[in-house]
Amino acid sequence: MRQILLPDGSLDGESPLPTDHVKRLFEAMVTARRYDHKSISLQRQGRLATYAPFEGQEAAQLASVAALAPDDWLVATYRDAAANWAHGYPMDLLFLGRVGDERGGAPPEDVHCLPPSITVGAHMLHAVGLAWAAMLKGENRVALTMFGDGATSEGDFHEAMNFAAVYDTPTVFLCQNNGYAISLPVARQTRSESIAAKASAYGMAGVRVDGNDPLAVYDVTREAVARARRGGGPTLIEAVTYRLGAHTTNDDPGRYRTSEEEEAARRRDPIVRTRSYLEGLGEWSRGWEDAIETEAERLVDEAIERAEAMQVPDVEHVFSAMFETPHAGLVAQAEEAGR
Amino acid sequence: MSERTLAQAITAGLDEALASDPSVMLLGEDVGVTGGVFRISDGLLERHGADRVVDTPVAESGIVGAAFGLAVGGMRPIAEIQFMGFSTPGYDQVVNHVARIRHRSRHRFTAPLVLRIPYGGGFGAAEHHSESWEAIYAHTPGLVVVTPSTPHDGKGLLAASVASNDPVVFLEPIRLYRSVKGQVPDERYEVPLGTAAVRREGRDVSLLTWGAMTKEVRQAAEVLAGQGIDAEVVDVRSLVPLDEETVLGSVAKTGRAVIVHEAPRTAGFGAELAARIGETCLYDLLAPVQRVTGWDTVFPLKRGEHHYLPSVDRIVAAAVDTMADA
Repeated sequence: MRQILLPDGSLDGESPLPTDHVKRLFEAMVTARRYDHKSISLQRQGRLATYAPFEGQEAAQLASVAALAPDDWLVATYRDAAANWAHGYPMDLLFLGRVGDERGGAPPEDVHCLPPSITVGAHMLHAVGLAWAAMLKGENRVALTMFGDGATSEGDFHEAMNFAAVYDTPTVFLCQNNGYAISLPVARQTRSESIAAKASAYGMAGVRVDGNDPLAVYDVTREAVARARRGGGPTLIEAVTYRLGAHTTNDDPGRYRTSEEEEAARRRDPIVRTRSYLEGLGEWSRGWEDAIETEAERLVDEAIERAEAMQVPDVEHVFSAMFETPHAGLVAQAEEAGR
Repeated sequence: MSERTLAQAITAGLDEALASDPSVMLLGEDVGVTGGVFRISDGLLERHGADRVVDTPVAESGIVGAAFGLAVGGMRPIAEIQFMGFSTPGYDQVVNHVARIRHRSRHRFTAPLVLRIPYGGGFGAAEHHSESWEAIYAHTPGLVVVTPSTPHDGKGLLAASVASNDPVVFLEPIRLYRSVKGQVPDERYEVPLGTAAVRREGRDVSLLTWGAMTKEVRQAAEVLAGQGIDAEVVDVRSLVPLDEETVLGSVAKTGRAVIVHEAPRTAGFGAELAARIGETCLYDLLAPVQRVTGWDTVFPLKRGEHHYLPSVDRIVAAAVDTMADA
């Protein structure tokens, strides 16, 4: 397993990122965690629908996206709000999707993220198709898709990995192995030695990385993106991490794992580790982190305010985006619904 | 103008689409080197190259899912599934992604792809090779669903499907591929999506059908003519959007309707037509609406399929029934 930044905050090898960049990643991780905690609290207040927390997976999401160019595609899931936000998806639109409004699925034209996938696995094929289209059109773009350990059991994982390898599409498969697919531990998900090991069956590169180590995640993703960009084909990255929270706000992890296990996982928290590293360099202070927290709180609060301020859609909203132009039958139904 | 079979007309339509738009590509199992199991893409690999006529691994979800990504990424993929019975592994991609990306992204992303699916039975095929599941696709919001029954429509509906910015399920009646011939313009033309065609005008009873059953229905209309019954034959052709004006207009005019399809009866698309007739032209009806359909059974193998498929006799009998009080 590739590691650079060890859990105690020391380095094994050289950092692939300058300190300034690590500090920006730290800011992003703290901000994303604020978004995560706020979302859970908003869901408890009935202001968001079901929410899928990513606490503990910030390094896997943010350090991998840091290796993408703005024009690269990101095709991620309902648990990857941090990744989408880092790739330019406005936070208010991420909230809006959870508020229960399809307009949250429409990132701005210059943001190359598909709306978060809710089905498990099918979206990996979309990343293959997007990368393939870029290749055929001579665009220098890569598509990175994120998914969990559970998704690797879906048939579409197989079909996507196979298509990507057969056509050499510039696709990066990033599996966040967070230990559980709702309740099922990864040991019951697969008998493969690792998820990364599956890559060799498809004839593609596979790499296992400590997903809570932002430096190593960045490093392996940068390599995979560079390989894809130069026509070297797809890569499967297994970022080994841990979902510190529940599967969703409807889940109770106490039914399938112990608090001892969770406490042990907290000691590998990517934020704690990055803080120790920066502190060791003399680049961290409590005041600095407090300032990040304050700014994050403002950012998150403003985003949910903007989302909630958007007017509740009228009946037209339900009908107006089924086709380029609604056909007569739908127009009649819209009139009926509006009566 | 050239005389072409339905199969040849679709081939010509694919060729023209590939030649006129560099973003068009074909993908599917065996569509390249062999020209497809029905040879519909015969010669297209040689003419347009392996980047644009792509043989895929045997993976229907992969074909549809990759086509979705290609379409969102700016291509206009035409994906082929070999037989309708094999379309179900790709149906998840269709219903959960292809059909809804425009809605879930408020027009930000669209998937302008054409999904070509040969369908229907009557040619003694192996199990799973004869299904007619058009109602499943028509029941999936966000899809256009069309099926040509003439060479002219084969090319013209395909041109309109490729040009559409919405995903189109293009159902090809296998039984008609080489059994119908007709004059097809050599230049590009479109048969608009959402239009039905009256194949035979008549005063007494409307025979509503689509796809391969148009053949038996037209034959039935001639038999009925011999009995003094003047049947109107409506090729519905576009299930979604439905051309209510033509289809229901015909029923309002004749006052009698026989709906013919080879798919199973229960919740078949004929049920939808019967409901719409009830909603809009009940008081024009002179007789109960009749359905002549496949049965609510598994599609039988070769030795039993004649028991299943609507025959000319069954269609004639149903039409005569509607005339009982005339």
